[in-house]
This record gives sequence, structure tokens and C-alpha cells, in this order.
Amino acid sequence: MKPMHVLLVDDEKEFVSTLAERLALRGVEADWVTSAAEALRKIEATQYDLAVLDVKMPHVSGIELKRMLHTRCPDMQFIFMTGHGSEQDFHAGSSEAGAAYYLVKPVHIEELMRKMSAALDQGQQRP
Amino acid sequence: MLERFKPQFWNDRIVDSGPFKRLFNFRRVWKLAVLLTSCVAIVPLFVLAVFDFNVTKHSAETQINLRISKLVSNTDRTLTFFLEERRYALDFIVNSHSYRQLSQPQRLAGILDSLKQTMGGFVDLGVIHASGEQVCYVGPYDLQGKNYTGEAWFEEVLERGLYISDVFLGFRAVPHLVIAIKHQQPDGSFYVFRATLDTERFNQVLAQIELVGQGDLFLINHQGVIQTPSAYHGEVLKKLALDVPGYSDQAQVFNMENDRGQSLLIGYSYIKGTPFILMNIARKNELMRPVYKTHLLLVAFIAVSTTLILLVVIGVATRLVNEIFIADQQRVTTLKEVEQSSKLASIGRLAAGVAHEINNPLAIIGEKAGLMKDIMSLEQGHPRQDKLIALVDSILASVERCGAITKRLLGFAKHLEVKIEPVDLAVVIRDVLAFLNREASYRSITVTADLPADLPHFESDRGKLQQIFLNLVNNAFAAMSDGGSLEIRARLEPDKGIVATVKDDGCGIPETDVGRIFEPFFSTKKEKGGTGLGLSITYGLVQEIGGTIQVQSELGRGTLFTVTLPTHRESREHETDARITGR
Repeated sequence: MKPMHVLLVDDEKEFVSTLAERLALRGVEADWVTSAAEALRKIEATQYDLAVLDVKMPHVSGIELKRMLHTRCPDMQFIFMTGHGSEQDFHAGSSEAGAAYYLVKPVHIEELMRKMSAALDQGQQRP
Repeated sequence: MLERFKPQFWNDRIVDSGPFKRLFNFRRVWKLAVLLTSCVAIVPLFVLAVFDFNVTKHSAETQINLRISKLVSNTDRTLTFFLEERRYALDFIVNSHSYRQLSQPQRLAGILDSLKQTMGGFVDLGVIHASGEQVCYVGPYDLQGKNYTGEAWFEEVLERGLYISDVFLGFRAVPHLVIAIKHQQPDGSFYVFRATLDTERFNQVLAQIELVGQGDLFLINHQGVIQTPSAYHGEVLKKLALDVPGYSDQAQVFNMENDRGQSLLIGYSYIKGTPFILMNIARKNELMRPVYKTHLLLVAFIAVSTTLILLVVIGVATRLVNEIFIADQQRVTTLKEVEQSSKLASIGRLAAGVAHEINNPLAIIGEKAGLMKDIMSLEQGHPRQDKLIALVDSILASVERCGAITKRLLGFAKHLEVKIEPVDLAVVIRDVLAFLNREASYRSITVTADLPADLPHFESDRGKLQQIFLNLVNNAFAAMSDGGSLEIRARLEPDKGIVATVKDDGCGIPETDVGRIFEPFFSTKKEKGGTGLGLSITYGLVQEIGGTIQVQSELGRGTLFTVTLPTHRESREHETDARITGR
């Protein structure tokens, strides 16, 4: 089975690099970047199944970045992470409510894995 | 008994109000209001009364003086007329009779009889030769041939042509006085014609005068000897106890005190051509009695007026100060509420900042520790691998715990827009209870929910409502012992909206803590891991959806939370937040 190819975007380098390493240990091909600009460059060169985005980043927020990435890669699935609030808040405050998965930092790696699988499954079921 | 009449503010303790502390001392304000208003109302009344008293008294004294002066003056004229009438009668006799005729006892006796019948009061008549010898005498005494040469009265009549004597006790111990006139004859010789009068007629004249104020009208001579009967000042021919007033050619009135300390009003007049002084002595108090009586009425009126004024002033001041006090209490409550909100907002901002700053490094620690665990788990062979994994698990558990705290802090600090939708409160509460059914049955807690089916749906934030009731029920469970009882009720009150109550029979809250339970980080169960944010967050949530929350608690008996939720959105705009009351 083809391994998942995931792009991690978070302005906290230490966090995102470690998370990528942990995912790699679980057989996930995870690239990481620390800004929206780098992410946009990255998808020019590589095709990703899924992006894990930090909601709150300087200059361009995770939600805005998701829109940009979705425009370029309509098949890409998304998972949001944030250290600023609950999932309920996210759904209440975002028009992305119901359309994306969400994780609260500190992230449980197993939960992330589950949600990534679920997101990909959901993407594959979509016509 | 007095407690019933004490206004609310009377026992109010003054809380520290800074430099304006005295403005909130309502007992002092009341005293000041009563004192000032009473002074303004009563002092002019007293001043006016005293002024009126003095003016009236002065006017009455002037009138009394005038009346006495008139009385003395009129009586003086009457007495003068009386004496002059007798004198003119004697003049007529000497002018109409010759010395020889008058020297005949039968003729003189006829004249005396005639005088007694016409004028009355004549006792005797005598004709005295220039040599001083009484040549003819008719009367009760044996004075025929008596020689008066050298006697003072005879010298005086020779010198002045007229003599009126002092009163003396004469025949049958009846007071008498003598009138003597000198008659010059055409041949240059002269003789003296004298008559003795009893003073009975004199006394009758004085007795006819109407007197007031225990007045006493009588005559004294220039030596102060009483000449006519006096009601209060001694017998006839006794010395008057008072000094003889100084000479004046018209009637005078003056005040003096007698030896018994009584104030006397004395009117007097020197009767011209006689040795008499007409005296009218009255007791001033008796004369002033009508004035004092009027003043007594005035004093009674002032006393009644003052009592009424004081009652009205005290009543009005009490009511006004009490209303100010109640308004101030409301102000203090509002200030406390604002302070509470402000405190919550400040703590919220601080909490949000702390949570944001901590959460990212915490996430890094979590990931690093997670990576360590991953590596150790995947790459077997480290000599103390189990020990290291246990240590990393411990780090991860701590990260988890810190994460939970930052999430609660963020939840507390958050101010998202309210998401409004039609809500059925009964459904919301049942959802919440469904979450907690397991714990309730595990702890044998009886949960009673009285949620009428006809509760109206209203627009509110379902998530916040869930959190509010979840927090309240959790809070109740934490306070209750196993086997306790929890009651949740909701009802519609037309004026207020939907009123929901959560009542437990738990440990209750000490009275000293009731006022603080909505403060952030205030917890009575710190030992059990309470953060002190649950009720504070609940308070904020109720505020956000425009409701109010109240708590009543009794230590050892349980706690009752009452949440009031408006059913109309418009009415929430100006709703205040939560209120705290103790029981």
C-alpha cells in the first residue's frame, strides 16, 4: 500500500520537525515547513495526500492557507491543529465547520494518525 | 420595640469609601438633615414667639401704666373738687355772714346743721379770733375759748389764708381732717373760720373707683402716714412701708419691688393745696395676668407646633435618607457586579496570554518526549528501556495535565460571538444529564428533573447553555456525598423569562465564601484538584447569553443555583450579569 504523503505546516519548527519525525517512524512520508509561502512552494514540486495545518500562524492563517492549497490541489485533505481553543470553538468560529478535522495541541500522535486515516478515507469516498 | 421603627440604614456599617467616607455615613446624614431642617423650621418660630412676647409685654405694660396714670389723675381731680367744694362752702359762709353773726353759737349751730344736711361730713365749726382764741365753737368737743396761738396750723392759715390738715383720729375715734380759712374783714381785721370733716365721704369717693389687679387706692400725707383706709398696705394713720415718692406736679407711675420681692406698680399724684398724696398700688403680676395667660396659650401652641414639625422632619428625613440608602445599596451592588466583570475580563486576558505562551513550548515538549518514546519503543535493546519509557510517560502525563489546564484557561478567556439558534431548554438539560447519568448511578445520587413540556423555545446559544448546566451539575456532584439528591427544575415566569434551578443537598458554602464563588481561581475544593474556574466560567457564560445567575447556600444543608434566561433577545441588551446572595 502506498504510504501517506503528508505536508506539515506550523511556525514552530521544533514542534513540526519532531512531529514529522514521529510520523516517519509510523511509516508516513511527512515533509514539514514553517510558513505558508514555503508550503505553497512545496506543493509545486510534490503531490501530497494530506496537509496538517496550524490554525494560527503569522501573516497567513491555517484556514487561509487551506483555501489556497485547496485551490491548487482539490484532492488534498486537511487537518487543523491549534493551541488556542477547543474543537467546538473552531467549528463555531470557522466557515470550515464540518469540512475538516481538528486537533488541539499538545497533539496525541495516535489520534493524529487516526484522523489522517479518516480524512483520507473520506477523501477517497468523495466522488 | 424601637427596633421596629429603626430604618434600614440605621445599623448599616460604613464600608471604606475613601475620602468621601462621611458621605456614606447615613446615620450622620440623617442627623444632619433632621438638625438643619428642624433648626430652619423651629428657630424662626421661637424667635418670632420671643419677639411677640416682648412686644406684647411692652405694649401691655405701657397700657397698664397709662391706665393707672389716668386713674390717679382722675381721682386726683375728684378729690380736689371734693375739698374745694367744702372750702367754697366755708368761703360762702364767711362772705355771707358777719363776724358777729358767726360768733353767735345758735347761728353757728344752725349753719352746721345746714351743712350736715346739704353736703354732709361736717363734724364741727369754729370761729377763731385773730388773737388765736376760739370765740365760738359748735361740735362734739369742748373747745370753746381754746387759744391756738403758736400752733403750726394756725400760723399756716394766717400766712397762706387756707389750711387743710392731715387726717387725725377725732371724735369717737373716727378719722377727721380740718379745713380752715382766713377771712379778711373790710376794716382790716381778720378771723379764721374752721370746720372739721369726717373722712367717711372722702373714703366713699375713693371706694367708688373701680380697681383691677388687687389695686389699692388711698391717700398718704407727705410723711408717708396713711390717711384713708388701704386694702393691703396698713391701717389709717400708720406709716406706709414704702418710701414716699418724689414730688411731681402731675400723675406718675413707676415700678418697684416690695420687701417680699413682689413687683409693684405704683401710681401717685400730689394733690395740690393739700398735704395729701394719692397712691394707687397694684401688683404687676395681677395686672399682667391676662397677658401671661395669652402667652401661656402661645407657649402651648409653640410646643404642639414644634412637636408636629419634629415628627414631620424626622419622618421625611428618615424616608429620604432611606431612599438614598437603598439607591446607594443598588449602586454598590452594581459597582460590585461591574468590578466582578472587570476582574473576570482582566483575569481572562491574562489567562489567555499565559495559555498562548505556554501551549506551544508544551506542544514541543510533548512531541520531543513522544519522539523519545517512539524511538525507544521501536528500537529495542537499550539496557534500561522500560525505566526510560516510564519516565517519558510521566513527562507526557504532565504535558497532558498542563495541556488540560491551558485548555480551561483558554475556554475561560474566550469571547467568541454568541451563536444564536432556537433552543429547547428541557432538551439541553436532558442532554447534560445524559452525560452524567453514569456518575449519578455509580454514586447512587438521585437526580430529579422537573422540566415542563410546554417550556417555550427561545433563541440562545445551545453550547453555552450546555456548558452552564454541565458546570452547575458537576459542581453539585462535587459538593454532594454518595446517595445525595439533586433537583433540577425549570419554569416560565412571564416577567423574567425561564427560571431554572439546580438544587443539591451537598455540603453547602460557608457564608463568608458565598460572595466569592464566582471569582476566578476561588475554589473550596483545591485539595480535590479544583481549578477555581468552573463557576467563574459559568458566570461569564450566563452573562454572555444575557441571563443572570444567583446562588443561595447554607452550610451543611446544600446549595441552590438559580439561572434566569430571557426568552426575548431584545430584553437582553441591558441585562446586568450575575447576582450573589447569601442565605
